Amino acid sequence: MLERDVFMKFESENVTAYNFAYLDEQTKRMIRRAILKALAIPGYQVPFASREMPMPYGWGTGGVQVSAACLMPEDTLKVIDQGADDTTNAVSIRKFFEKTAGVATTEETARASVIQTRHRIPETPLTDEQILVYQVPIPEPLRFLEPSEVETRKMHALEEYGLMHVKLYEDISRHGAIATAYAYPVKVAGRYVMDPSPIPKFDNPKLGDCPAIQIFGAGREQRIYALPPWTQVVSLDFEDHPFEASKAEADCALCGAGDSYLDEVIVDDEGGRMFVCSDTDYCRARRAAGHVGAQGAPEGVA
Amino acid sequence: MEAAALGGGFGDAPVDSARAFRAVMRAMARPGTVEAVAGAAPPAPMSVAAGVAVLVLCDTGTPVHLAGGHDTRALRDWIGFHTGAPVVADRGAAMFALGRWEALSPLDGYAVGEPEFPDRSATLIVEMDRLEPYGARLTGPGIKGSAALSLPEVAAFQGNAARFPLGLDFLLCCGDRLAGLPRSTRVEAG
Repeated sequence: MLERDVFMKFESENVTAYNFAYLDEQTKRMIRRAILKALAIPGYQVPFASREMPMPYGWGTGGVQVSAACLMPEDTLKVIDQGADDTTNAVSIRKFFEKTAGVATTEETARASVIQTRHRIPETPLTDEQILVYQVPIPEPLRFLEPSEVETRKMHALEEYGLMHVKLYEDISRHGAIATAYAYPVKVAGRYVMDPSPIPKFDNPKLGDCPAIQIFGAGREQRIYALPPWTQVVSLDFEDHPFEASKAEADCALCGAGDSYLDEVIVDDEGGRMFVCSDTDYCRARRAAGHVGAQGAPEGVA
Repeated sequence: MEAAALGGGFGDAPVDSARAFRAVMRAMARPGTVEAVAGAAPPAPMSVAAGVAVLVLCDTGTPVHLAGGHDTRALRDWIGFHTGAPVVADRGAAMFALGRWEALSPLDGYAVGEPEFPDRSATLIVEMDRLEPYGARLTGPGIKGSAALSLPEVAAFQGNAARFPLGLDFLLCCGDRLAGLPRSTRVEAG
């Protein structure tokens, strides 16, 4: 068969010349072993040999590698970037796996079996049939307090987390409250302090006792960590300054939701602004069901 | 090498191993649940489930220890041909150890990781005569409330869990079914 015919055959069968889900099998085995150890030691960062991916570091290479190692042909994939299905990063990664794994994709949280996310947990509660894959920039929660990896490893080994509480205490002494608003540190199953990736602290309560498997991938930093379902996850705080899951004090201007995390959108040069759901699928579903916010037009009206 | 060693691997490795890994991952993430797997046909006495686990997880970078009746020429050849994993006699050098519970026990001597790298620990693939959702009581991450699993004994798993975050992780195999038992699971007699 001529090379061109082979290519045509591949094209006609709707398969590409890539291995299933892009990565070679040996790489997937290495990542899969890391994922299993990560699940066995919840919250502990397992080093892995992160690969060059056809996208730059910082664009979700860790999440993409974890997704590639987890996906199977029957999966339906959803990708969100700060809650949105329609941003460049989300669209590119979705297309990447449509092409290299041939999987179905969706924007609906409830229909997805694997969800790759950057910086949000969907508003719709997850189920025990789902896997949530986080893209992580800096996996080490102690990194900004202690730059040395040798030292932070030792701190995790000795369960020496006093420095983190000092940091939160300094927040209180300076601002009157814990000012950390995202990437809020948590303690997993009473042992490891973990960075939940830069999700807003509004999402922290969804981390614990979650029916889904949660896996965190940091490509540049070459770390994978995980939360098995139903794992105890506690946001660090003090008795007299308890953890608070905060959000903007407003309702979504489009769908009227009062319970979802909101993005602030600047609408003019006069300081005008509106708050809208960060989770685009949640907002869309609510509007489709007839909910209308203060500035929203009913569905179907231009 | 016998010709038999050449058969019994995945028919379509990327897709078969993706499906099999999902089952193994679900098992390790939810201790006590039993998952069915398919795609491997290893020589006796290795079970289908143990064969699948080896095909999904082992390669040239993972020394494998074969314990007791599993240390046969046929199994060495099969693992060597399909995964390239070196078979080692020293259990301390193994990333995976395979065999029946009596052959794998006692559990000392396997790598349990280091305080700074607890992931550098062995995974034991245990061949079981039965694998049922009753017996020892399991609690911990991955388990809503509690779960039950027919473990070969309790004390060894309690000792293993007591070393957390160090310790061994287990894949318990019976026929074409497997269950996971990570070091994070606390075990009590049921």
